[in-house]
Amino acid sequence: MRRVVITGQGTINSLGNDVPATLEAMREGRCGITDLELRDVDRLSIKIGGQVKNYDPEALFNRQQIALYDRFTQFTLIAAHQALDGSGLSFAGEQATRSGVVLGTAGGGVNTWDENYRSVYEEGKNRVHPFVVPKLMNNAAASHVSMEWNLKGPCFSVATACASSNHAMGLAFQLIRGGAADVMVTGGSEAMLSFGGIKAWEGLRVMSRDACRPFSANRNGMVQGEGAAVFVFEEYEQAKKRGATILAEVVGFAMTSDAADIVMPSKQGAARTIAGALKDARLNPQDVCYINAHGTGTAANDKVECAAVADAFGHHADDLMISSTKSMHGHLIGGTGAVELLACIMALKDGVIAPTIGYEEPDPECALDVVPNVAREAKVDACLSNAFAFGGFNAVLALRRAP
Amino acid sequence: MADSVRDRVIAIIAEQAVLEPGDVSMDATLEDLGIDSLGLVESIFAIEEAFDIQVPFNANEPEQSDFDISSVAAIVGAVEGLVAEQKRG
Repeated sequence: MRRVVITGQGTINSLGNDVPATLEAMREGRCGITDLELRDVDRLSIKIGGQVKNYDPEALFNRQQIALYDRFTQFTLIAAHQALDGSGLSFAGEQATRSGVVLGTAGGGVNTWDENYRSVYEEGKNRVHPFVVPKLMNNAAASHVSMEWNLKGPCFSVATACASSNHAMGLAFQLIRGGAADVMVTGGSEAMLSFGGIKAWEGLRVMSRDACRPFSANRNGMVQGEGAAVFVFEEYEQAKKRGATILAEVVGFAMTSDAADIVMPSKQGAARTIAGALKDARLNPQDVCYINAHGTGTAANDKVECAAVADAFGHHADDLMISSTKSMHGHLIGGTGAVELLACIMALKDGVIAPTIGYEEPDPECALDVVPNVAREAKVDACLSNAFAFGGFNAVLALRRAP
Repeated sequence: MADSVRDRVIAIIAEQAVLEPGDVSMDATLEDLGIDSLGLVESIFAIEEAFDIQVPFNANEPEQSDFDISSVAAIVGAVEGLVAEQKRG
């Protein structure tokens, strides 16, 4: 069976503008959630988020590019540049046709929708910029990555709410393993911190006004974040042959649907997906030392997720570590699994487990080792990354240390 | 105001529960009426719109919120309190 390894990584999020800065923040347990800076913030009841600050798109992109690149596409291209530069790959001839892009985003060009609705509805304008459609479409980021690097194989975007990135990366893994591609640029992006994007979330009454405290008894909801993370997944023999630096191996993936409730998570669905990922990866439960949790900080998710882990792992659940880095970077919705994969790679490659910060009170319904507040050193051979989306869609990835 | 706060709240809850207002008793819980967490959030939205008030309610910590949802009577009382407080002057 063809094996799949990760040979490049890049990111921009509220913790840092690249991978080293982000990992340093995770190691130090630093919080990227701050007061939001955006138009009409005084009309929002939720005023915090993991926002990318001190960001100047004009320093990075020219006027023509900005006319076509929504903020989620800009974040994607920044992260993709880092990942592809790091991989050392270039794409011509058959390498180009055997390489593709699959990226997750839940909302796509939310800021573009927001700005242009404002312009026609609030300001009463009868004309919008000609590129509104190609700027806001969900596949815009994947398309621009494909064009920028000449990737001519399978290219598409995935929108499954909070599981988008994990689905995207799982599909990238399957495409390479199954022989449909040799290289896939994958991950995800989200830029939903606009007035309309936050207002919509406020409506559900699941957001915290002060902090994201996953697994803590006093948790009171999720906090949105924004940004992107992009990875280069590559067929192992090719990567080995060209002497690539291998960051980690992707060994398994499972996806399922609860077929039950549009917002409430299901223990059975989550446990079934975790068990499926282990089986696909041919891992025994005791091989897994770390899980990067979905860990949204809502009452419902965290207790259901802990119960699902206990179900899937049995006694071993008490021996493994599970942390939610959303406590630091917020919930990047469709981009979240991608940023969280960075923590998985750090665990495997550097032996550092990113903590769950903001942890204040133990919750008997979340009685696992959630690596509270302080990062930990540990040798990790294999880990999982969970994503459980609204709509009842579950996607779990399994990774191993680089071969 | 033509209808009392009580009648208007009962009408909102009845609509959510797909019942006649006369079938919504004051001591019923939302669970009795078959209203789930999404139905609750929708009812609170309808109450905010109907009375032009802000209801302090976070679905993650319903018991921590000042807005008592333990029964129809409790909700009516809480809405009366918020209307008095937020419509003062």
